[in-house]
Amino acid sequence: MAELRYQKAIGRALEDAMAADPTVILFGEDVAEAGGSFGATKGLREKFGPARVFDTPISEAALAGAAVGAAVSGLKPVLEIMFMDFTTLVMDALVNQAAKARFMFGGRCAVPLVLRTPHGGGLGAGPQHSQCLEAWFAHVPGLKVVCPSDPINAYGLLRAAIDDPNPVIFVENKSLYASKIDAPDEFPAFEIGKARIARPGRDVTIVTYGGALRTAHAAADALATEGVEAEIVDLLSLQPWDEATVLASLSRTHRLVVMHEAVESFGVGAEIAARMADIGFDELDGPIVRLGAPFMPIPFSKPLERAYMPSVDNLVAAVRRTLA
Amino acid sequence: MTKPKPRSTGVRSGRNDPPEISRDELAELYRRLLTIRRAEERLQKLFADGEVPGFIHLSIGQEAVSVGVMDALRAQDTIASTHRGHGHAIAKGMALEGFFAELLARDEGVCRGRGGSMHVADMNIGMLGANGIVGAGLSIALGSALAHKTRGTKDVAVAFFGDGAQAEGLLHESLNIAALWKLPMLFVCENNGWGEFLPTTKHLAFQFGDLAAAYRIPHTKVDGNDVVAVQAAAHRIVEAMRDGAGPMALECMTTRVRGHFEGDAQKYRDPAEIAALAARDPVRGVADQLAALGLGVEAMEKIDGEVVAAIEAAVAHARTGTDPSFEAACADVYAEGGRA
Repeated sequence: MAELRYQKAIGRALEDAMAADPTVILFGEDVAEAGGSFGATKGLREKFGPARVFDTPISEAALAGAAVGAAVSGLKPVLEIMFMDFTTLVMDALVNQAAKARFMFGGRCAVPLVLRTPHGGGLGAGPQHSQCLEAWFAHVPGLKVVCPSDPINAYGLLRAAIDDPNPVIFVENKSLYASKIDAPDEFPAFEIGKARIARPGRDVTIVTYGGALRTAHAAADALATEGVEAEIVDLLSLQPWDEATVLASLSRTHRLVVMHEAVESFGVGAEIAARMADIGFDELDGPIVRLGAPFMPIPFSKPLERAYMPSVDNLVAAVRRTLA
Repeated sequence: MTKPKPRSTGVRSGRNDPPEISRDELAELYRRLLTIRRAEERLQKLFADGEVPGFIHLSIGQEAVSVGVMDALRAQDTIASTHRGHGHAIAKGMALEGFFAELLARDEGVCRGRGGSMHVADMNIGMLGANGIVGAGLSIALGSALAHKTRGTKDVAVAFFGDGAQAEGLLHESLNIAALWKLPMLFVCENNGWGEFLPTTKHLAFQFGDLAAAYRIPHTKVDGNDVVAVQAAAHRIVEAMRDGAGPMALECMTTRVRGHFEGDAQKYRDPAEIAALAARDPVRGVADQLAALGLGVEAMEKIDGEVVAAIEAAVAHARTGTDPSFEAACADVYAEGGRA
């Protein structure tokens, strides 16, 4: 069975979506001739031609606005923003234009655009090329935010994102690009808004997403040696997020830890913890514990970055806190 | 508002060479100018009476830009407008009923009372939206032009923007990309000399023509208060764009008669400057031309009466409209659909 890497799964999803729908176009900085900074779009220009796959100037703000304009004029644009840190430059187009158009124009239009962007540290890329800013977008009514964790769900969620009539922020964790699996004969469909149980367990629920899944699995392995069975919920979709699946898991384990690579304060974890403290209060046998990055920029030096990233040990300690 | 009949006359180039235009054609332009003028005068009163919530920005004195440019457009051409967008919307074909109902925050409004003055839009007539963010329409029109080109149509996209928006980075990015990709995009600068409370001289270190030239985009400057001049330039430019000429720039020198927003006392303006604006009134200018061409007072009053009647009917319709439903609004944050 052939291997499939995460970035190839993304390329495959783009390829299949473009083959299925002639209105899908793909643009961004170095996505065409170079095939993308992380190689996800290699070969697509050759296959679909320069009218549908093209490189752009370094003009993130105008490109995002153009994606909105194209989306309300009959196309389904997929825009790549090279690093999530650069999405600071596209905020007006996403927040004031894309997110609100359907609502503020009376429900009489749709904005079917996808913005793909990589987030995450671990590469020594420093403070402006490593951030996880997904909580910003999840805070904006009208946007959807997804963050796949492996090649299979990356494929399925990207297809779903392109088919979705709403603007979708598709976040790719950089540490996952090289991850691989055995290629399936057929990719299963994924629905935006649905989480999955990545590992069943009865003692504690760990909710996480994206690249942090691997940290969660390693922590679950470590906890298993102590006889603690952790259940891992892989959110996949952050806006909307799958409240029912998280609540069902909490109802089985009665303990909850929410973990992500993004800064802990005011993050996705805060939303989930607050919601579960409300609707899941009767199920809780311990405090809901959050684990994220400390409230500081991501440092460049390897030892500093390692200390910054939420680790397996941090997660094990967080689980022990709720079990205590 | 009815779209124009195909024009029968020929040469319309150059400001020194008065374009040929028949009295009937000019009367039709007059009707359209007057529709925007009377609609905004009505809004002025409705706003003062507290019937229009929020902020409104009137384009009184700038109507010839909307009417002249839109005369060159077809229904499927797209426009992206500004916070001062009433004229653009009406000239592009927005029905007065839906327009006034929106401004009065009714469910019958074009945006079901969710957008208001700064967000009037109707995708069915290619009106991609007024916009509360200065310069934002530029990149939306850019993307629409990209869609026209990608889909292989001969449609064009037009971005309206004020002189103040020239200080936004989006203009520079959009000019570059439009030129680089030879997109069918028309940049229409409505240069009214004011960016909010500051004169253009305190906003900008350059002229739009120089900026367009830097991006190798042909630039035409016209008297934006002369509807025939705007119309002639727009037809020439848009026809060239349909033939693949790439992006173009049209700068319309015009006049902002009212404040930045309604209620702005304009204490920062010299009263003499405001008083002098009457001499450049684009609506009165056409009325004078029509009189010179022999159109009688009665005929002119008939046009005015019809325009006012249509506006009053729209206002009455809006007043009897219903309040928008919160449940329906909540249901429209996201579009349904997509693949499960």
